[in-house]
Amino acid sequence: MASVNAAVQWNHVTFSVNGKTILQDINGTFLEGKITTLVGPSGAGKSTLFKLCNGLASADSGDILVAGKEIDSYAPVELRRMVGFAMQDATMVDGTVYENLAMPLTLQGKELTEDKANELLKLVGLPATISDQSTKDLSGGQRQKLSIARTLVNRPSILLLDEITSSLDRVSQQDVEALIVRINKQYGTTIVWITHNLQQARTIGDYTWVMINGQLVEAGESFLLDQPENDEVRLFVKGDNS
Amino acid sequence: MSYLSLAITLIFVIIPLVLSRTLNLGLEKDTLIATVRSIIQLLAVGYVLQLVFESEHLFYILLMIILMIAAATQNARKKGVQIKGITWKLVLTFITVEVLTQGILLGLSITPTTAQYIIPISGMVIGNSMVLSILFLNRFISEVETKSKETELILSLGGTPKQAVHKQLITSIQASTIPTIESQKTIGLVQLPGMMSGQIIAGADPLQAVLFQLLILFLLLTTAVVTSIMLGYLSYPTLFNERMQFLKLEKSKK
Ligand SMILES: Nc1ncnc2c1ncn2[C@@H]1O[C@H](COP(=O)(O)OP(=O)(O)O)[C@@H](O)[C@H]1O
Ligand SMILES: [Mg+2]
Repeated sequence: MASVNAAVQWNHVTFSVNGKTILQDINGTFLEGKITTLVGPSGAGKSTLFKLCNGLASADSGDILVAGKEIDSYAPVELRRMVGFAMQDATMVDGTVYENLAMPLTLQGKELTEDKANELLKLVGLPATISDQSTKDLSGGQRQKLSIARTLVNRPSILLLDEITSSLDRVSQQDVEALIVRINKQYGTTIVWITHNLQQARTIGDYTWVMINGQLVEAGESFLLDQPENDEVRLFVKGDNS
Repeated sequence: MSYLSLAITLIFVIIPLVLSRTLNLGLEKDTLIATVRSIIQLLAVGYVLQLVFESEHLFYILLMIILMIAAATQNARKKGVQIKGITWKLVLTFITVEVLTQGILLGLSITPTTAQYIIPISGMVIGNSMVLSILFLNRFISEVETKSKETELILSLGGTPKQAVHKQLITSIQASTIPTIESQKTIGLVQLPGMMSGQIIAGADPLQAVLFQLLILFLLLTTAVVTSIMLGYLSYPTLFNERMQFLKLEKSKK
C-alpha cells in the first residue's frame, strides 16, 4: 500500500544481527519532498535504519518501498545513487579533498570538473583552496561539510543525513541547516536527518520520528516534540533538553 | 656424506642444547623436537624421492605433486578460515602456479622432463606459493577489517564490491610480494642461496649453479605475483553478498 507521495515506506520491517534485534516492526513513511528528522538515544537503531534504506543491509522481514517500488527490485548501485547517504562519522578514503568529492563520479568512470568541484565546496562553505589537501588534515567539521558535498554529487532524490552537524560550531550548523532546507526547496529532495539536537529536529523538520530501542515510538509533525504523548519520548525529550 | 658423518654433525645440535641448559634459555625441548622431526621428515622424503627417481614413472611424480599441494593447502588454509571456500581457492591457486611454471619449463624444454628436475622445482614453487598465500591472507584480512568503514562508504556511494576493496586488495598484493622482490636485490651479496650452495658443495660448476639459481629466482617472481593476485581475486567476492552488501568477517579465533 504505497501512497503516491511516500518516498520511503516501511511496512513491519525487522532487522537483527547475530540474533540480536536491532529494528523491530518499523512502520511509517518518509514523505516525498519533505524533511523528516529522526531522533532517539544512541543505540536506538537510527543509523541501522539508514543502512537498510541505502541498501547496505537487508531487512529480515517486512517490506521497504522506495518511490513506490520494492527496495530489492532496484539494482544495488542504482538504489544507492538515488538514496544518498552521508554517514555518521564522515568517513573519508585516503587521498585529497578533491578525490573524495569526486568519488561518486570516479566510481562510474566519470570526471568531476574543477568548476563543479569548487561550486560544491562553496555550497557547503568550504574554501576552494583546500581541494588539494589531504583529508587527513581536515577538522571534524570540515569533514562533515565535505561528506555532505560528496553525497550531493550523485544528485540523489532522497538524502539521508546521519548526525552531520555534530562537530560543527553553532554558526556552521546554521549554515548547513540553511543549505539542507535550500536543497529541499530547490530540488524537492526528500530529506531524512538524524540529529541529537532536538531544537534542530523541531525547527528544520516537517515531520519527526522518535526511535527508542529499535522501535519507532512516535512519528508525526515536528512540533509534536513539544508535547509528546508517549512517556518514554517525554523522558527522552526532557533528558536532552536540560 | 655418510650416516656416520651425519651422526657426528649432531655436535651442532649438542652445542645449543648445552648453551640453553647452562643459561636457562628453555630451548631444549623445542630444539630436540625440531632435530628429531627434521631427521625423520627429510629421511622419509629422501627415500620416497629415491623410489620416485628410480621408477621415473609419471604417476609417482604426479602423486608427489598432489601431496605437496595437499600439505601446502592444509598449512595455508588456517590463515584464511574467515574466507568462504578458502580450501578450494588455495588448491586452485597452487595448481595454476604449478601448471604455469612447469608448463613453461617443460614446454620450452628449459628443463628435462625427469623427476630429478620436476620434483625439486615443484617443491620450491609450491612451497613459495604457500608462504605467499599466508602472507597475502594475513595482510588482506587485516586490511579488510581495519578499512571496513571505507568499504561501506564506497558501496554507499554506488561503488561495486570490487571498487570497495580495490585499495585493500592492491595493498595486500604489494605487501606480500615485495619481500620476494626485495630479497632478490641483495641476493648473493650477503649469503649464497641455499640451493646454489648445496649444488656447489655437491660438486657442480659454480657458474652452472648460478644459472640454475637465476632460473629459480625468476620462477619465484612469477610464483609470488601470480599467487597473490589469483588468491586476491578469488577471495574478495566472498566478502559480499549478491545485493552488494559487505559481510562482516567472523572474528578470527586466536
Ligand atoms: N554491525 C553490527 N553488528 C552488531 N551490532 C550492531 C551493528 N551495527 C549496529 N549494531 C547495534 O545495533 C544497535 C543500533 O545501532 P545504531 O543503528 O548505530 O544506533 P544509533 O544510530 O541509533 O545510535 C546498537 O545496539 C549497536 O550496538
Ligand atoms: Mg547512529
